[in-house]
Amino acid sequence: MAKRIEVSDLNIYYGDFLAVEGVNVAIEPRSITALIGPSGCGKSTFLRSLNRMHEVLPGARVEGKVAMDGQDLYGADVDPVDVRRQIGMVFQRPNPFPTMSIYENVLAGNRLNNKRMKKSEADDIVEKSLRGANLWNEVKDRLDRPGSGLSGGQQQRLCIARAIAVEPDVLLMDEPCSALDPISTLAIEDLMTELKERFTIVIVTHNMQQAARVSESTGFFNLNGVGQPGRLIEFNPTERIFSNPDEKATEDYISGRFG
Amino acid sequence: MSTDTPTALRSSTPTQGPVRVERRLPRFAPLGAYLAGLAVGALLSALTGFSVTSTLIYGVVLGTLAVYVLTRTVEGRRKAADRLVTALVTTAFGIAMIPLVSLVYTVLDNGLPRFDAQFFTNSMYRVVGEGGGAYHAILGTLIITALATLISVPIGLMTSIYLVEYGSGRLKRAITFFVDVMTGIPSIVAGLFAFALFTLLFGNQVRIGVMGAVALSVLMIPVVVRSSEEVLKLVPNELREASYALGVPKWRTVVKVVLPTAIAGLGTGVTLAVARVVGETAPLLITVGLITGTNLNPFDGRMATLPVFAYYQLTQPGTATQAFLDRAWTAALVLIILVMALNIVARLISRFFAPKTGR
Repeated sequence: MAKRIEVSDLNIYYGDFLAVEGVNVAIEPRSITALIGPSGCGKSTFLRSLNRMHEVLPGARVEGKVAMDGQDLYGADVDPVDVRRQIGMVFQRPNPFPTMSIYENVLAGNRLNNKRMKKSEADDIVEKSLRGANLWNEVKDRLDRPGSGLSGGQQQRLCIARAIAVEPDVLLMDEPCSALDPISTLAIEDLMTELKERFTIVIVTHNMQQAARVSESTGFFNLNGVGQPGRLIEFNPTERIFSNPDEKATEDYISGRFG
Repeated sequence: MSTDTPTALRSSTPTQGPVRVERRLPRFAPLGAYLAGLAVGALLSALTGFSVTSTLIYGVVLGTLAVYVLTRTVEGRRKAADRLVTALVTTAFGIAMIPLVSLVYTVLDNGLPRFDAQFFTNSMYRVVGEGGGAYHAILGTLIITALATLISVPIGLMTSIYLVEYGSGRLKRAITFFVDVMTGIPSIVAGLFAFALFTLLFGNQVRIGVMGAVALSVLMIPVVVRSSEEVLKLVPNELREASYALGVPKWRTVVKVVLPTAIAGLGTGVTLAVARVVGETAPLLITVGLITGTNLNPFDGRMATLPVFAYYQLTQPGTATQAFLDRAWTAALVLIILVMALNIVARLISRFFAPKTGR
């Protein structure tokens, strides 16, 4: 179940380009951690390095240590596929599989890995995950319809259902609400608050109100200029970041005096 | 409306409102100009001995000029240029259609007399004059093309998967380059390649159906690679990432997410590649040869194929020349129908297998 992630001296590269430098942070279980900062500062890159999605891109690599409950995720004998099974991810744009129905989309994580299960077991997982994503009542009568027929907000909740159906320990969310309207955003924020009982959640957001509303801790990323690596400037409880931050850069960004 | 000043030759007349109101030609004016052009064209043509072709050429040129001048004087330069370019583009389209229509018409005209049940049920075994058919050649073409598809699709598809999903750096560039080169090799070279290969393997004088299939695959593989590559590139990266993020290994992502998403385009590409090689003559001529009887075993002996059948009917007619010519035309007609059917199948595939939106 929900696990603690410790990151120490993490440098993230794209080829020779150092994108994020020297991140040290501890992400607590059963809480929501928000990452804020200007565009291009490395929030998403950092998030993707937590479940080894970063290295999917050609030339991308990391240095340093990411440990989940003490186990180094970048250890020599660790299979990135296993890491991703334990650390789920929700992306900025809803991306349900277009060839699959709603039902199959929720089961995608199991089915694509050829996990054999009984029909009743599969039905249970689908219902539990869709209920967990607050989508069950809206789609229970059309589970066999394509997932791409849903509205944007529903699609995003379908993606969350798909991510939690494989029972990960940690859920990473990369700007999950930036393509959604305020009502869908509210639905997903409520959902995050429910999900943090079971998962460790890390969310990247451009919406500072959102970070203030949902998260327990907030990290502020910034960079000195174009071509410079991004850094984690400050990591503190959310209340502190938004009321009395340690760093002047954080205060400037939050109060809109950035740049 | 505008107040027409009788002397105004300019396109626009000054008005009170903010929008310029322009004088317009009546809607039938361009049509009228072309009809007049055709009439004058017919007259001009009659001076040098009347023919439909010269009437059409004179008519189109004169009509276009008339429309341009008329529009220029009444509606102004912009509208005139618009009409002129429209006329040029339409004429170019018409010229491009001439060979197609003429070809289809000629093949239909000459091919229909022998487009009968006998043609589809009889071979040429012991036929020297009239009668006979292309039963053996139609089945031969289908068998050899199917074999070629069986060879080309796995190789082509896997190459394109390598290029899109796995390849990088020098090897990828080299493969892309050589695939491009292969796209352009003449079909006779593919035939000679298969000929040489099988001569090395089985000695001289070998003629078997699978040789033709190999020759056709040489032509087909680059087409399959190119079309599949383009289709696989169109699969959004987000779907791959979604799959990876669920802890799905890369090969399973390719097999279960990327390929199903692209299946419509892949099917279309393969079908069009088949259509591309089904009418190849030269490579089959030197690898498979021709027989008059029915041979359905591609691993033993010569086979008949439609293009080669048509070629021999045309170049080596027997005593009843017209019967041989008729059979050649009908073979051509059957080939065209095959290619058209394949194109329709390609369209159906892309319609029925496309991911459904469900709205």
